[in-house]
Amino acid sequence: MTGGTGMMDRLRHNPAALGIGLLLIGAALIAGAEAWLTPFERTVIGFAGINIILAVSLSFSNGLTGLFSLGHPAFMMLGGYTAAILTFPAMRKSTMLPGLPEFIATSELSLLPATLAGGVVAAVAALIAGFPVLRLRGHYLAVATLGLIVIVQVLINNMDSITRGAIGLAGLPRLSNLWWIYGWVAVTLFVTWQLKHASLGRALMSIRENELASASIGVRRARLKLFAFVLGAFFAGVAGALWAHLVTNLTPNSFGIVTAFMIVVMVVLGGSGSLIGAALAAIALSVISEAARPIERAIDAYGLVQIVTATLLIAVLLFRPQGLFGSGEPVTRRMTTPGKPPSKTSHEHRGGFPNETS
Amino acid sequence: MSAYVLQQLINGLVLGSMYALVAVGFSMIYSIVRLINFAHGDVAMIGAFSTFLVFAAAGLPLWVIVPATLAVGAAVAAIIEFLVFRPQRQAPQVNGFITSLGVSILIQNVGILLLSAQPRSVRLPGLLRTNHDFFGARVTTLDILIVAATLISLLVLTLFVKRTRLGIAMRATSENVSAAQLMGIPVNRVITAAFAVGGALAGLAGLMWGGRYGQIDPLMGFVPGLKAFVAAVIGGVGSLAGAALGGYLLGMAEIMIVGMLPSEYGSYRDAFVFGLLILVLLVMPNGLLGKPAEERA
Amino acid sequence: MPDALLKVESINVWRGASQVLNDVSLSVGQGEIVALLGGNGAGKTSTLSTISGLLRPKSGSITFAGESGPVSLTSLRPENIVKLGIAHCPEGRQVFGGLSVMENLRMGAYLRHDDQIGADVEHYFELFPILRERADLKAGQLSGGEQMMLALTRALMSRPRLLMLDEPSLGLAPQVIDQIFDRIEEIRAQGTTVFLVEQNAAMALEVADRAYVIENGKITISGNASELAEDPSVREAYLGIETTQATGAEIPPMETSS
Ligand SMILES: Nc1ncnc2c1ncn2[C@@H]1O[C@H](COP(=O)(O)OP(=O)(O)OP(=O)(O)O)[C@@H](O)[C@H]1O
Ligand SMILES: [Mg+2]
Repeated sequence: MTGGTGMMDRLRHNPAALGIGLLLIGAALIAGAEAWLTPFERTVIGFAGINIILAVSLSFSNGLTGLFSLGHPAFMMLGGYTAAILTFPAMRKSTMLPGLPEFIATSELSLLPATLAGGVVAAVAALIAGFPVLRLRGHYLAVATLGLIVIVQVLINNMDSITRGAIGLAGLPRLSNLWWIYGWVAVTLFVTWQLKHASLGRALMSIRENELASASIGVRRARLKLFAFVLGAFFAGVAGALWAHLVTNLTPNSFGIVTAFMIVVMVVLGGSGSLIGAALAAIALSVISEAARPIERAIDAYGLVQIVTATLLIAVLLFRPQGLFGSGEPVTRRMTTPGKPPSKTSHEHRGGFPNETS
Repeated sequence: MSAYVLQQLINGLVLGSMYALVAVGFSMIYSIVRLINFAHGDVAMIGAFSTFLVFAAAGLPLWVIVPATLAVGAAVAAIIEFLVFRPQRQAPQVNGFITSLGVSILIQNVGILLLSAQPRSVRLPGLLRTNHDFFGARVTTLDILIVAATLISLLVLTLFVKRTRLGIAMRATSENVSAAQLMGIPVNRVITAAFAVGGALAGLAGLMWGGRYGQIDPLMGFVPGLKAFVAAVIGGVGSLAGAALGGYLLGMAEIMIVGMLPSEYGSYRDAFVFGLLILVLLVMPNGLLGKPAEERA
Repeated sequence: MPDALLKVESINVWRGASQVLNDVSLSVGQGEIVALLGGNGAGKTSTLSTISGLLRPKSGSITFAGESGPVSLTSLRPENIVKLGIAHCPEGRQVFGGLSVMENLRMGAYLRHDDQIGADVEHYFELFPILRERADLKAGQLSGGEQMMLALTRALMSRPRLLMLDEPSLGLAPQVIDQIFDRIEEIRAQGTTVFLVEQNAAMALEVADRAYVIENGKITISGNASELAEDPSVREAYLGIETTQATGAEIPPMETSS
């Protein structure tokens, strides 16, 4: 950040050039990775990309609005199953998934439309669930969205004829590759970044700063909250779809509370509200956990990744609660000044500890 | 058929007792520090493991095992409070909540690492599995003990909170921390005590759970912990009587779903519980016995 | 001035990013009633909270003449400050609304282990018979005046040597205020030192021996109560002499900092 400030300054004034430059560099890196890296390494990079999508979208809706939703895995599941059913080989569908309607049973989509469909289904579900759930605040919202995970898991488990229930879907076509994944990473970053810094972003920020004040200024906060929630769910659905076609199988337990936890950790480590911070934390955690997996297996120490992650989370919350990068964007803090940094809300209250109950 | 209904009621009462114990502690902790403690259910798990892997394995009699488990639950909860929650008193509420999720995941995975995720079969010593006939329904000695011990615990807890100096201090602290400090109440110690009491009850619930279902594993606490939260919300978070009531209602409702509805709906049990949670939060956010959020805004 | 019971020297206190007390010094002598006057946001409550350990000064010292020699309060926890014999009756009364009157009094005596607690309760019930009638009622169900009596009694239950009162007249009817201030004088007559924070300068200067005026976190005027009552700037700013009748006058709003 200190070196090369001259070039950075010039690029700051020309975001389009910066964007195209970044895209070209990214494309070159992916081409290189596809050409030279081992499948294992590419898979790790793929997971990292999916985690970036998840963390950035959650950071967008949670961090920016202060809405604390743990529902991402529910939307991943919906997106993943939708996409997987759509790309499933038509020949096998009739026998394995007899409950599907005719037009789905006979068709076989490619990855992009299937992924989009997954995102849309997740978004629609978020729209439906969001109306009641978003009226809740703080803790209650978090636990209710956690409830969404359980509900979706139970539903998928029980709709055997279109999901194969607990057995899950195996042998999915391996359609995800780094191009697709990082294409979506770029889309996610672009969209959330634009929104964060557009006036909408500032409106969302003001929800987080002060619910009451912004309501009186007339921000349509309910709609904005819902929008942030739905958009987050769309990207979670996309991530679920990409995941399913990278790992090539999907069960009702593929994503659960631990997934929610891992994504939350990424957002917290990144500093809530910081998209780039969330992306960096996603990369770091993905690499750590994938690197630790062989170690787990070798010394028969399952759970190590979670232990390390949880310890890291607790340590950060205790010693650096603003996250590793704070809530500004680490790279371009001055590029678009979004007003004052989100101060911690005042804890002035007569009784009890800081609270924002229901 | 009515014996069948009676049997279901008894099963619901037993399950509800365990939920009630966890929910009451949960509610107690919530009302004093406004923290939703995800790790509360994991304290029950630790209680269960110490009961069966340590105390029962050492051949101790039940009348030693129970107080020992209570002590373990109290100690674990108090240590967690001291190490991770106390330093965060002044932090935004959501931090404490995420921390507790972290603690929960940490405890579960340390459990998996040390003890493996494989459920193990366990049993309590003594003749607790003896069956009794109760108007045609089957009740084991353990069932009777679970319900009786829960009711006694709730009674003792009520007396504690209503009558003792420490119990009143807990209520005072949960109402107004700084005023409590001005009375000379050592609020940190009072808060630790509230965690300890909640932890002891959770430990006891863990013992009951293992004894009743005959299996324990490191993840066993999480979902019951969440459900206890649901129970506490139904009853009205912050109200101990409400939490107990919510626990019993939830236990009953769950058993009814499994036992009374056609069997293909039985597996919707957990979805039902969380659907109910969302419904209750929307329709009566203060629960059955909770106070309106007057001063808490 | 008699020997100082409490001595505050050059304390600087911050709340978040703003400094709320700036080099504040004051002292309260054994057996005195000392008043601290000031408008909204001047730093009166912050001064009391710092003395009772709810806030920590960044610099400066606070010394209390404890029974066994002088004690520095700046690093003590609130409960230990109460134990030394300082009671702080907080702004807005802050009785525990969900606890009964009796339980509130019990909490006031939290640190006591002697057998006189019941006798003290009896004594205060004589003083405020209404509290006896309401003994089993939730404190939240009492009227404002009754709550003030409860808050005062609750603070006295710790048998303090120094009683600090934060705006006891706030929001009360004139005759209730008179009653409370009569009690304050009695309390002093029985040997308890009183440090009184008030916006109601007229009432406060009537009962106090000495007074300080705080503005924007700084002590600006200090002196004998009778002198202050004659001081033109005090008369204008805090007694509203020019505009309203002489006693029980409303305080013109000071600049409200926020
Ligand atoms: N919890 C807090 N956090 C930050 N600043 C605070 C807090 N409480 C008070 N302040 C600020 O500290 C300053 C002094 O406040 P304080 O409460 O001591 O004033 P006061 O003289 O007691 O006023 P009043 O007569 O209104 O009670 C004010 O500027 C106020 O805004
Ligand atoms: Mg004040």
